Amino acid sequence: MKKLMKGNYALAEGAIRAGCRLFAGYPITPQTEILEYLSSHMAEAGGTFVQTESELAGINMVIGAAAAGARAMTSSSGPGFSLKQEGISYLSSMEVPAVIVDVMRYGIGLGNVVLGQADYFQVTKGGGHGGYKVPVYAPASVQENADFVFKAFDTAEAYRTPVIILSDAAIGQMMGSVELPDPIEHDINKFDWTLKGRDARHPTGRKMTDVIYYDYAFDDYDPHIRARYAKMHDELQEWEEVETEDAELLMVAYGISSRVCKEAVRLARGEGIKAGLLRPITLWPFPEKAMTKFNGRIKGYLSVEMNACGQMVEDVALHAGGTKVYSDPTGRKVADSEDLVALIKDILAGKIEEVF
Amino acid sequence: MAITKQIPDTIFAANSFCPGCGHGIVIRLIAEVLDEMDLSDRTIGVLAVGCSCLVNRTLAVDLMQSAHGRATAAAAGIKRTRPGNLVFTYQGDGDAISIGIAETLYSAQRDEKITQIIVNNGVFGMTGGQMSPTTLVGQRTATSEKGRNSEINGDPVNIMKLLSQFNTAYLARGSVHDAANILKTKQYIRTAFELQMRGEGFTCVEVISPCPTNWHMTPDQAVERIANEVLEVYPLGEFVKGEHQK
Amino acid sequence: MLMSKIELKTENCKGCGNCIRNCRFEALAFNNEVNAKGYRIVTVDRDKCVGCGMCYTVCPDYVFSIED
Repeated sequence: MKKLMKGNYALAEGAIRAGCRLFAGYPITPQTEILEYLSSHMAEAGGTFVQTESELAGINMVIGAAAAGARAMTSSSGPGFSLKQEGISYLSSMEVPAVIVDVMRYGIGLGNVVLGQADYFQVTKGGGHGGYKVPVYAPASVQENADFVFKAFDTAEAYRTPVIILSDAAIGQMMGSVELPDPIEHDINKFDWTLKGRDARHPTGRKMTDVIYYDYAFDDYDPHIRARYAKMHDELQEWEEVETEDAELLMVAYGISSRVCKEAVRLARGEGIKAGLLRPITLWPFPEKAMTKFNGRIKGYLSVEMNACGQMVEDVALHAGGTKVYSDPTGRKVADSEDLVALIKDILAGKIEEVF
Repeated sequence: MAITKQIPDTIFAANSFCPGCGHGIVIRLIAEVLDEMDLSDRTIGVLAVGCSCLVNRTLAVDLMQSAHGRATAAAAGIKRTRPGNLVFTYQGDGDAISIGIAETLYSAQRDEKITQIIVNNGVFGMTGGQMSPTTLVGQRTATSEKGRNSEINGDPVNIMKLLSQFNTAYLARGSVHDAANILKTKQYIRTAFELQMRGEGFTCVEVISPCPTNWHMTPDQAVERIANEVLEVYPLGEFVKGEHQK
Repeated sequence: MLMSKIELKTENCKGCGNCIRNCRFEALAFNNEVNAKGYRIVTVDRDKCVGCGMCYTVCPDYVFSIED
């Protein structure tokens, strides 16, 4: 049965249904509805909700719960998400699965609470220290906000890694119909490696820490890290294609921008313009497998995103294999489908200079 | 009188602290209490950043190492996931009282059912003896070469006083500078663990401990300094016990 | 004379001297031996040791075991 729900609520309810039983977070617009929803509903599900004294405490409480075997989650936005980065690095190092949500807002520093897609760099490039990678899922609808929590926890456990859901203010605040997934129960003893008290298999106790710190004999550290991220890179790429088969120009967009691009494809096709959309569902790993299908066969990629200078466009360029890359960072303004069609026409007419 | 003193089963290897360091004694006391309470199989410890991370190599219980200052937040996450386990943190004064002061105070404020053990030696040990929040006025460190100046650095932080603001189950400060206080400190740790396992609430034991290396003293001089100077600023005893209101 | 069964794991010793300082029976002393870690180690005079356990209590390095 479909329900009408706000995006942030759908994500929060999705978390409970995915078996998340500890949420620890701190208010910041525009993610606060996740916090508010879980403050009342988590207890009903038999879980723990804690409004922590800071984002730092929130992510570290999640680390503890996840290390002890729970499905645990925290959420934030922009400046608050920056504070989570140290913890995400620790999760990556400890190889502990957890889900971190960034409902993006706009701008640098405090920025603003308005719509935006300003956190691409800090989320996809291992924004904390040390050079780790984190699988990133970008929902583009209320339905996906709910579904992707399941996907995120499953990936997190399969690869023993933190996973980020990169939502945005528009997806989080919009109302939409959602078919909520059936709830599942998570067993905190599902994995042997979680902290639970020593046993015959671990007579001196489990030591959950940075392998390079605890065991100096671990010569395979670098090969291990390389293999770990290579496997995620190869196995996790996901994307959606819209009218790509015969496209001359492919827009590349995720989240709120991808919804406008879909409309732009429809309008362009109505005018006989062969435009299509490549929507990355995973932002790391970036869906370069999709791009290799189109590189050299299309006239260009147009990266559309809601920030000042363009961020994702650099990943598009990295994998474009010489195909021209155009950039439309729409700033604080949500992309406009008619403007996009006009821009596509100009690009195809050779009036716009590529950025890469 | 039959006296039997065996290295506790919950110690699995020699420690790698400096000669005369108090950490080894505190760890042994924890291991003795866990052995006596038969809790080692149900214990999860959270280690801080600093010298306390060396505990990984000596204490035979499940352990995780937290980010700097965040041990009590992580421990709260563990305890709320596994309320039947004994969950403790093992932190230095730099970790628990400087960078982690917010997590320390708010774990007490929320009355998290964990035990926080703070080993207070008045310096950042692992990084080479810099001034910490508990460095005494006048004490020379790598970042207070002429002695801590309270005009510039303020006065030392008394964490027991701060924690006393909250409704907690147990607060005690012991010391490992002599045998009598070592035995008292063991009793404090045992009381804290017992109260935790009874579900009482937040328990914290601060332990005054010598750091001969960074105090630039012999082990003898270091314990003398505790007796003559440090305990004046940090009096020992149980500050909260049994007044816990639920 | 009491003959306690004191055992020393001198490979753990770091020569801090806590035990020597605290032994009321003057049963402990440094000798000239150095262990694998390079520390001067402690030895026991079994004629003087009564097995009181004080050395165990003050030792940070798990050197002593005593059985009555």
